[in-house]
Amino acid sequence: MSIIVNHVDHIYNPGTVFEKKALCDVTFSVENGEYIGLVGRTGSGKSTLVMHLNGLMKPTSGGIFYDGADIASEGYDLRELRGKVGVVFQYPEHQLFEEDVFADVCFGPRNLGLDKSEVEIRAYEALKAVGIRDEQLYVSPFDISGGEKRRVAIAGVLAMKPEVLVLDEPCAGLDPAGRDEILAIADYLHDNLGITVIIVSHSMDDLAEHVHRILVMNDGQLVMDGSAREVFGHRDELESIGLAVPEVTAILSDLKKAGLPVRDDLITVEEARDEILRVFGK
Amino acid sequence: MIRDITLGQYYPTDSVLHRLDPRVKLCGTMVYVISLFLFQSFTGYIVATVFLVSMIALSHVPVKFMFRGLKAIIFILIFTGILNAFLTPGRELVSFWKITITIEGVRLAAFLVLRIIYLIIGSSIMTLTTTPSNLTDGLEKSLGWLKIFRIPVHEIAMMMSIALTFIPVLVEETDRIIKAQQARGADFESGNIIRRAKAMIPILVPLFVSAFRRANDLAVAMEARCYHGGDGRTKMRPLKYAARDYIAYLVLLGYLAAIIAVGIIF
Repeated sequence: MSIIVNHVDHIYNPGTVFEKKALCDVTFSVENGEYIGLVGRTGSGKSTLVMHLNGLMKPTSGGIFYDGADIASEGYDLRELRGKVGVVFQYPEHQLFEEDVFADVCFGPRNLGLDKSEVEIRAYEALKAVGIRDEQLYVSPFDISGGEKRRVAIAGVLAMKPEVLVLDEPCAGLDPAGRDEILAIADYLHDNLGITVIIVSHSMDDLAEHVHRILVMNDGQLVMDGSAREVFGHRDELESIGLAVPEVTAILSDLKKAGLPVRDDLITVEEARDEILRVFGK
Repeated sequence: MIRDITLGQYYPTDSVLHRLDPRVKLCGTMVYVISLFLFQSFTGYIVATVFLVSMIALSHVPVKFMFRGLKAIIFILIFTGILNAFLTPGRELVSFWKITITIEGVRLAAFLVLRIIYLIIGSSIMTLTTTPSNLTDGLEKSLGWLKIFRIPVHEIAMMMSIALTFIPVLVEETDRIIKAQQARGADFESGNIIRRAKAMIPILVPLFVSAFRRANDLAVAMEARCYHGGDGRTKMRPLKYAARDYIAYLVLLGYLAAIIAVGIIF
């Protein structure tokens, strides 16, 4: 499994006053088992890019290849692709519609044409993976809490057993506890189920401690692509495009500017604590 | 597909029509719609076409946008055309099996279809060149006299303006929900009519839920800003006629006179 995005451009409403270039010469590839963060300001083209990955949008020019096949080519089975590249959109809880939680999660695998028992097994496994309790299975999806709704919606995509799972702003509008829950689920899916996970976010703090590789978008272009450490080393560039490095990285780099001999390429709170203690010789 | 609906979609650009007072445009649209039924002759259509074409030219809106609104009623057009062509008695043009097409039928069908097209494009020009808020302002002001009959003009205008501003929002929302369900493998294109109708449920339920949520949020937001209806409410930009508006009324009067004249003479 691999995704190759090759020189992709996308223009909305070409030839009208509403014309807008959303993607501009975007090129990168995703290998099996990667854990990627896609960051960028609002309107930088992140969501547009995501919709290209499962064929909901077609590039104006350039190509997207999944396992070597061009997904925009004639006769390519897009429904099968959508089973393999699962996309959870922003505020996914807005897509819930069934009478109970379990039925809603069954919707995705049923669309893949699986038989009933397989559908139900997958739905149950997916709900377990996101931490929904048994007694909540037959409750209306409109009667559970916001964080639970979001987890059910993620399960709805997960039940299709995707090889790649894209989460578009999975933490938007959640409190810190809800945010940690969602990110822990993403970790679990990547570490234990071997799913390639791509998290889209504008918050570096959400991503720093989780993902291994970060892609940075600005004005429809891919401006950085590297490990979390490499990317966060470019504090000034990130800030110039309206993004920030994680708070701990910012603190370390301020300390360094103030004359303390600390490393400033650390990204987690634990690393930063150890580094500061080391400098003070404790 | 879903983005074809032009009604209530303002096209932002600068033109004489955009700058006109909404009351003039409302009145103009009404006069134009009525005028379409005041003549039967070919000459009448020439006058109406000249007027429509010059309005399109004045509006600076690409013609493409005008015709978009027609896609939604294409079946009505075809239906009207066919029915009239077949069912009008008169001199025979062609006939096969039990069906006869008459010269009068073709003439009537063509004129009727043209009339409907002009009707839609005429009203599209108004919505494309007027922002929803301007439009309802115009409505509220020109219908204000109805208040003496205890008709809640302000409330109706407010509801209309809310409905109009929410059309694009809901269209976008629908688009988003369709994409989200497609990402879950939903199929809206294949199967018989019952299957397709059933396939709409995953779109309609979330759409209704979100529409009610938005309505509720809006109500709270309006309450929080002390909205209490129209009494004593002032406008940031009160409507006021300028010289160009009077000229527009004169042009309109000229057009109406021409149409009536054509209707009497031919």
